[in-house]
Amino acid sequence: MIQVEGLTKYYGAHAAIRDLTFNIERGEVIGFLGLNGAGKSTTLRVLGCVLLPTAGRVHIDGFDVVRDPHEIRKKIGFLPDTPPLYNEMTVDGYLQFVAELRGVDGPSAKKRVAEVEEKTGLREVHSDVIGSLSHGYRQRVGLAQAIVHNPQLLILDEPTSGLDPVQIVEMRELIRNLRGSHTILLSSHNLPEISQTCDRLLVIQNGEIVGQGSEQELAARQGAGGAIEIEVVGPAERAPVEKAIEILKAVNGVAGARVTHEGAHSATLQVDAPTILRPQLVRALVKADIDVMRVDAVSGQLESIFLKLTQTQGQKVN
Amino acid sequence: MRATLLIARRELGSYLRTWSGYIILALALFADAVLFNVRAVGGGDKRSAEALATFFHDVSGITMIASIFISMRLLAEERQTGTITLLYSSPIRDLEIVLGKFLSALGFLAILTLATGFMPAMIMIHGKIAFGQVAAGYFGLLLLGSAALAIGTFGSALARTQVLAAVFSGVMVAFMVLAWLLALVTERPLTGVFTALALHGIHFTPFASGIVHLRDVVFYFAVSYVFLFAATRVLEARRWR
Repeated sequence: MIQVEGLTKYYGAHAAIRDLTFNIERGEVIGFLGLNGAGKSTTLRVLGCVLLPTAGRVHIDGFDVVRDPHEIRKKIGFLPDTPPLYNEMTVDGYLQFVAELRGVDGPSAKKRVAEVEEKTGLREVHSDVIGSLSHGYRQRVGLAQAIVHNPQLLILDEPTSGLDPVQIVEMRELIRNLRGSHTILLSSHNLPEISQTCDRLLVIQNGEIVGQGSEQELAARQGAGGAIEIEVVGPAERAPVEKAIEILKAVNGVAGARVTHEGAHSATLQVDAPTILRPQLVRALVKADIDVMRVDAVSGQLESIFLKLTQTQGQKVN
Repeated sequence: MRATLLIARRELGSYLRTWSGYIILALALFADAVLFNVRAVGGGDKRSAEALATFFHDVSGITMIASIFISMRLLAEERQTGTITLLYSSPIRDLEIVLGKFLSALGFLAILTLATGFMPAMIMIHGKIAFGQVAAGYFGLLLLGSAALAIGTFGSALARTQVLAAVFSGVMVAFMVLAWLLALVTERPLTGVFTALALHGIHFTPFASGIVHLRDVVFYFAVSYVFLFAATRVLEARRWR
């Protein structure tokens, strides 16, 4: 679907992205991960045919972004980092305008508008003026305008920025429902979110790709084995906690275990082991008559990969 | 073409849905009416044709000023709010964006210009006027307005904010209006150039007295074309930056 080769973009003398090369297959959900200013937005803007590249070749569905941007623009839906909304228009009027602008003709545009309003939960505000909507709704209108013409390729730049936790979950759900029918590119610096939504990650730092692959692949390559957090109940005395550690260390595949927090009625243990070992660990503890209150795959896994990738890059520069 | 009309329709709707459109409309009509009372029909007896010519002359000045304020938002506002990305990422050409914006402004200016129609009507009640002169005068106003709006569209494409856009366009329009002053102080070949370049001077005056010269019509079309072309180029160039 997308072939990018040596993509470079300069703003004046400053290189926003340098020599990016990657391929994206049809139907994939790809996450662009990077700190602010890493070059995510610039990359997405080039793919969205908003900006032209300084050097390199980008082909989308067989068309070149420099020579045939018009053909590509028919196939994409783009949500920039700030949703491009006309505040004085109503949600209906705006989506109708965008649909017709992207080549859907009048009557079928009306149908499409109603469909995407249903899909993105905008039904109850469909006749409201956009300027009066809350941030969460505005972001939804932004998503709705990107999918109103049913594009093959959906480019979402920070779709969850500025949303509260409930809205983030809703937005993630919306995006997840879109997979299958579209190829989706999204960017974020919100690590857990991107790992839950995407098939594959591209980690960008200082305008260069410093890692790509699924979360597991990235983890394996960086040697980050993963970690599990277990909270156990025990009598107030210390013995069961130490016993628990011994039991956990004895399980095959565990690299280490330690107490991270110890209260009067419970203790939290951190186990260095692949997260798929969770059932075995629980079984071992229960067998030894130790009650388990909580088991978590530590969400910091991706963070640690991300930090490792970006830090090594930083050292290279220095 | 379809996209041009779509953009023009949306933009015209936005003029009529926001305060700024009505403020420009009200201020321009107020200024027109004051000048009409003081200069065109006030100040001693005169013939209807003269009063009408004065009226068109005064309105033409207001039209140019209004054009700057009507056009300042066209592209600068889209850039300010980020909505330009929507147009940039849609399957439309940059020329269609510029033309659509320009047409909406021209439509709004037409509303403003035609709203002054009651003033010639008042002259008609008290005197005798030729419809030809009225038609020629309004035709001239729209041509002059179109040229000023094209300059304004170009200024709006250049500027990052609406205020800057108004300043850029204001300077460009002022320069082109005052070009005849340069003609007074320059030598022979340049004199002709500056006289011909003047946005108002020799090109508008005939319209006010009911005379339509093809060369004036061509002049206003040419100015509009050049500045809209330049605005399109500015939009295209912005994609490289």
